Amino acid sequence: MYEKNISDDRKKYLRKIRKNKIAIILTRLSILIIFIIGWEILANKGIIDDFITSKPSRILNTFLNLSSNGLLMHLGVTLTETLIGFVSGVVLGVFIAILLWWSKFLAKVSEPFLVVLNSLPKVALGPVIIIWVGAGMGAIITMGLAISLIVTILEILNGFLNTDKELIKMAQTFNASRFQILTKIVIPANISTFFNSLKVNIGLSLVGVITGEFLVSKAGLRIFNCIWWSGIPIRSCYDRGYYSSHCSSCNI
Amino acid sequence: MKKVLELKNVSKKYQAKNGEIEALTNISFDVNEGEFVSIIGPSGCGKSTLLSIIAGLEPKTEGEITITGGLGYMLQKDSLLEWRSIYDNVMFGLEIRRKKTKESEEYVIELLKKYGLYEFKDKYPNQLSGGMRQRAALIRTLAINPKILLLDEAFSALDYQTRIMVTNDIFHILKEENITALIVTHDISEAISMSDRIIVLTKRPATIKNIHKIEFEMENRDPLNCRESPKFSKYFDTIWKELDIHV
Ligand SMILES: Nc1ncnc2c1ncn2[C@@H]1O[C@H](COP(=O)(O)OP(=O)(O)O)[C@@H](O)[C@H]1O
Ligand SMILES: [Mg+2]
Repeated sequence: MYEKNISDDRKKYLRKIRKNKIAIILTRLSILIIFIIGWEILANKGIIDDFITSKPSRILNTFLNLSSNGLLMHLGVTLTETLIGFVSGVVLGVFIAILLWWSKFLAKVSEPFLVVLNSLPKVALGPVIIIWVGAGMGAIITMGLAISLIVTILEILNGFLNTDKELIKMAQTFNASRFQILTKIVIPANISTFFNSLKVNIGLSLVGVITGEFLVSKAGLRIFNCIWWSGIPIRSCYDRGYYSSHCSSCNI
Repeated sequence: MKKVLELKNVSKKYQAKNGEIEALTNISFDVNEGEFVSIIGPSGCGKSTLLSIIAGLEPKTEGEITITGGLGYMLQKDSLLEWRSIYDNVMFGLEIRRKKTKESEEYVIELLKKYGLYEFKDKYPNQLSGGMRQRAALIRTLAINPKILLLDEAFSALDYQTRIMVTNDIFHILKEENITALIVTHDISEAISMSDRIIVLTKRPATIKNIHKIEFEMENRDPLNCRESPKFSKYFDTIWKELDIHV
């Protein structure tokens, strides 16, 4: 890395790697640009129905009028809901995973419940959640939580249980307590599991929140439909009852 | 000579779903201060079980064990924690036992210096060679100041040449620190090269088949030079026959 006089072969090799990297990025960008331009042209020529697919220029317009149509506010609401759902999902998930690691008995008892809950389509729980928590931000956050929690528990617990047995035995040779094994071996050994589950979770929480918004929301990115469909200013969406008629027809 | 470890009629049965597994039957032997004793036997006969029982990690079914002085335990893998620096790794045992004091830290630093690991103390385990890692694992155990060291196939994860050098290295360190060693191995040459006595166990359930006294009548005997003695192969043959290994 630090050598000053690198051989010609090495230079050639490094140049090849760089070229390859640049080619990949350029190709990706061109695909994106061709897609957007093609979309705009097809919509303008009427080959595709822009009432259904919208078109790039219209979406751009809506974004440019951020302050007047309140998109920023809606974006903020969705982001807050997602973050709350995400953080509580992770905290609760890790806590329960620790509990289940600690007590083999609890883990065995809860195993079938976790499997069933995991395979349950959480989106179907939506209406029930609204009845329990009321139609509001609470329901949306609960939805986000419901989608991410079980996956977090299962993934973290699986990581915990797969911690290298040799490391645990080593700690035991120094008479480590169960708590010490948890804090000094199991948790640090699973930092990467933890970050992986964070990555998956932020996506899942977003899915949960948007699903929740479809069901109950007065604010949030659910409104993106309006931008999408016709570029009608969002406020007038509400005014004309357009919003609610679409809501009942989209049936998600 | 002072006895530091005494086993009397120790037996062990494991309870498993599909029945009882008798691992040890009537094991009795003593280890004297400063002595190196090897335990050798067919794989699966109960050697690790015996060490675990002595260390108190596993309850015994019958018998009595008397130990004078602190115990240290070394396993096959060095089990260094990859997320800790070498220094934090060698402090691990003290940390677990809540004995991290100024004196103990100074002692660890002295050990690191004495055994050539001081300049690596801020490096991470993956930056060290196999032999260095084993040394770090040894210092981690020595840090808690044991009088008796239990080694369970501690070198078998290393390749042959490294193993011979590391065995020699650790032999000298243990002698220097005045430590009594109880060494489990399945390698006959390793047992002969390191020990004052070798205990040969039978197949499971392990009983004591024989105890050999190993003497080389040479000055400054160590695991490397004793391999050249003509007695070495004699011991090897005797023990080989006793182990009665069939393919
Ligand atoms: N926790 C356990 N439960 C049940 N059986 C065990 C357990 N640990 C070891 N054993 C059995 O006891 C026997 C001796 O094992 P071990 O002491 O590991 O042998 P060695 O170290 O000599 O290879 C083996 O047959 C093994 O299957
Ligand atoms: Mg073993």
